[in-house]
Amino acid sequence: MLEIRNLHVKLEEEDKAILKGVDLTVEAGKVHAIMGPNGSGKSTLSYVLAGREGYEVTEGSVTLLGKDLLEMEPEERAAAGLFLAFQYPVEIPGVGNMTFLRTAYNAQRKARGEPEVSAAEFLKIVREKAKALKIDAEMLKRPVNVGFSGGEKKRNEILQMAVLEPKMCILDETDSGLDVDAMKLVAEGVNALRDAGRAFLVITHYQRLLDHIAPDVVHIMADGRIVKTGGPELALEVERNGYSDILAEVA
Amino acid sequence: MLAPIRTRKTPQKLEAAEALLAARPAPEGEARWAREARAAAEARLREMGAPARRDEYWKYTDPAPLLQPAPDAAPAMADDEGPLWAGTDALRLVFVDGVFRPDLSDDPRMEGVEIAPLSEALAADIHWAADLFGRLEAEGQSQVERPLAALNTACAAQGFAIRATGKAARPIDLRYVHEDPRADAMVRNLVRLEPGAELTLLEEGAVAARANMCLEVSLAEGARLHHVRAQGRDHERVGAAHIFALLDAEASFKSFTLTANGRLTRNETVVRLAGDGASAHLAGACVGDGAFLHDDTVFITHDAVGCESRQVFKKVLREGARGVFQGKILVRPGAQKTDGYQLSQGLLLTENAEFDSKPELEIYADDVACSHGSTVGAVDETALFYLRSRGIPADAARNMLVLAFLDEAVAEIEDEALADVVRARVAAWLERRSR
Ligand SMILES: Nc1ncnc2c1ncn2[C@@H]1O[C@H](COP(=O)(O)OP(=O)(O)O)[C@@H](O)[C@H]1O
Ligand SMILES: [Mg+2]
Repeated sequence: MLEIRNLHVKLEEEDKAILKGVDLTVEAGKVHAIMGPNGSGKSTLSYVLAGREGYEVTEGSVTLLGKDLLEMEPEERAAAGLFLAFQYPVEIPGVGNMTFLRTAYNAQRKARGEPEVSAAEFLKIVREKAKALKIDAEMLKRPVNVGFSGGEKKRNEILQMAVLEPKMCILDETDSGLDVDAMKLVAEGVNALRDAGRAFLVITHYQRLLDHIAPDVVHIMADGRIVKTGGPELALEVERNGYSDILAEVA
Repeated sequence: MLAPIRTRKTPQKLEAAEALLAARPAPEGEARWAREARAAAEARLREMGAPARRDEYWKYTDPAPLLQPAPDAAPAMADDEGPLWAGTDALRLVFVDGVFRPDLSDDPRMEGVEIAPLSEALAADIHWAADLFGRLEAEGQSQVERPLAALNTACAAQGFAIRATGKAARPIDLRYVHEDPRADAMVRNLVRLEPGAELTLLEEGAVAARANMCLEVSLAEGARLHHVRAQGRDHERVGAAHIFALLDAEASFKSFTLTANGRLTRNETVVRLAGDGASAHLAGACVGDGAFLHDDTVFITHDAVGCESRQVFKKVLREGARGVFQGKILVRPGAQKTDGYQLSQGLLLTENAEFDSKPELEIYADDVACSHGSTVGAVDETALFYLRSRGIPADAARNMLVLAFLDEAVAEIEDEALADVVRARVAAWLERRSR
């Protein structure tokens, strides 16, 4: 599904290398987790995959379903099946949540040569998915993320993912700032989407989300590299001993 | 305090005023009271002189194009978009190049509303308009000189006098069609709403190559006027439009203006809240590029207890376009419990655009809540990336953010259906521009 080869990234504005050779392959149907201390480059990796400006790829390659991801505009990546649930979802005053979602949904369909859906049809699609995430009609009417609590913002990200049905889902610290109930809702939302044709890259600082979304593979990221890869037990190790033991071991 | 600001009378200003008057003979056949009002306005203009760049009130906007003969301003293609309110059920009064055309208009009759062409009203010996015509304009001169409004009182022969005694069954739509590329128009409308009356007044169209528009509004106790205006999008047109509104107790005046294009647009709105609990909401949304200058100049006087005023002005500017906002809230002694709010914002889509804002508060009462904010900035790149990351192409995403920016002003239109007409029109403009 997603193949990252020796990815090196620096900031465009200054000479600061952030990713220093990331290698990662995520297969269809699998859930991979990336854990790592703050500042290790997890969010940067997710932004570079989604196509945010401000970063320069100095080496390496990324393909999604065999296509060169780095050549594409952010909207083309989305239409190709990539989705990033932001660590900090953006507030957009004046743009209704529903209008935003429908515009995105139809833009992706159009890009793929599929017919657009009417507002009424779309409402049906969204209502059902919103219900499962306990997102009420009021939240759908409000401007995107404006005045949403931390938990509402994260649930809104998952709603967008559920509606857009991407193939490669990247979740950047979707668990941060959530209470246990909200986290369960988010995890249920993710689990409901697990499918043989879909893959997940779950970035998290803590083990607790992984109690609810069982990963197939766990990677530890430090200083811009994947320093260790293992099974779910690796996450438990981090939970027990923190990152210091693992980092000392690979140093 | 409250000393009127008077400009320095240079010979040029005085000569320019003479030239403005000479170009337009005063209409004939009017009643004595109307002739007197005209003569008084003429004297005011002679005394003030024409506006000049040196005047403080014209610091950001050069009035010269308004003083010159009408430019050659080809009307925007008639068939590339229909009149804004074409789909709105309204009593339509059509002007072509600033001249009323009964043959193109609806029968001007509506229950509870008197609608008379200005020439008819000003020819009548006794008419309610005598209490209004030129009176509010003259009062509006007391703090700042507004010579082009005096010119309008002295010379304007076209327009309507509208008086409502009840709740109007449907809106009145003044449609100003522009045909002759060099048309020079002057239009004066008078609106009087008696106690408790309610009316929606729509205006639309480019009017002419050069237009001098003036609207005097007098609202009696509890009366409500909704005013939604769209200034047409001919590129070369120049225009000045004045609104003078006087509100009695509990009256409400809501006015929204949409502007696209035009080389120079100066919209002055002068409101006096004279009765307790009156409320005025003024809003404007404009989009322009190139040789575009749009100036909103607002003066609100709080002159009674517990009145509310609200201003929301938004401008989207690119490629050389300039936006100006001058907004003053004056709270007179005794105008306690005043609630004044003012927001002016410029969104610059390219670096070579400019937005100048001059908010002013002058407060002579102590129990007052007034706030103002003014910002200028570019499109939020983080928001743009967020939209694109969900699959929305860059142009469409940018347009969404521009519409969202303007929507704070558009949302001031109370009638949702009218607001949606405005939204759709702006969206179509943006889409066409990005194609
Ligand atoms: N736009 C930026 N400007 C400056 N420093 C940045 C920027 N983006 C990331 N960094 C730096 O790169 C490093 C990795 O950050 P990030 O990817 O956010 O880490 P993580 O998500 O693992 O906490 C940090 O040292 C951070 O300060
Ligand atoms: Mg992060």
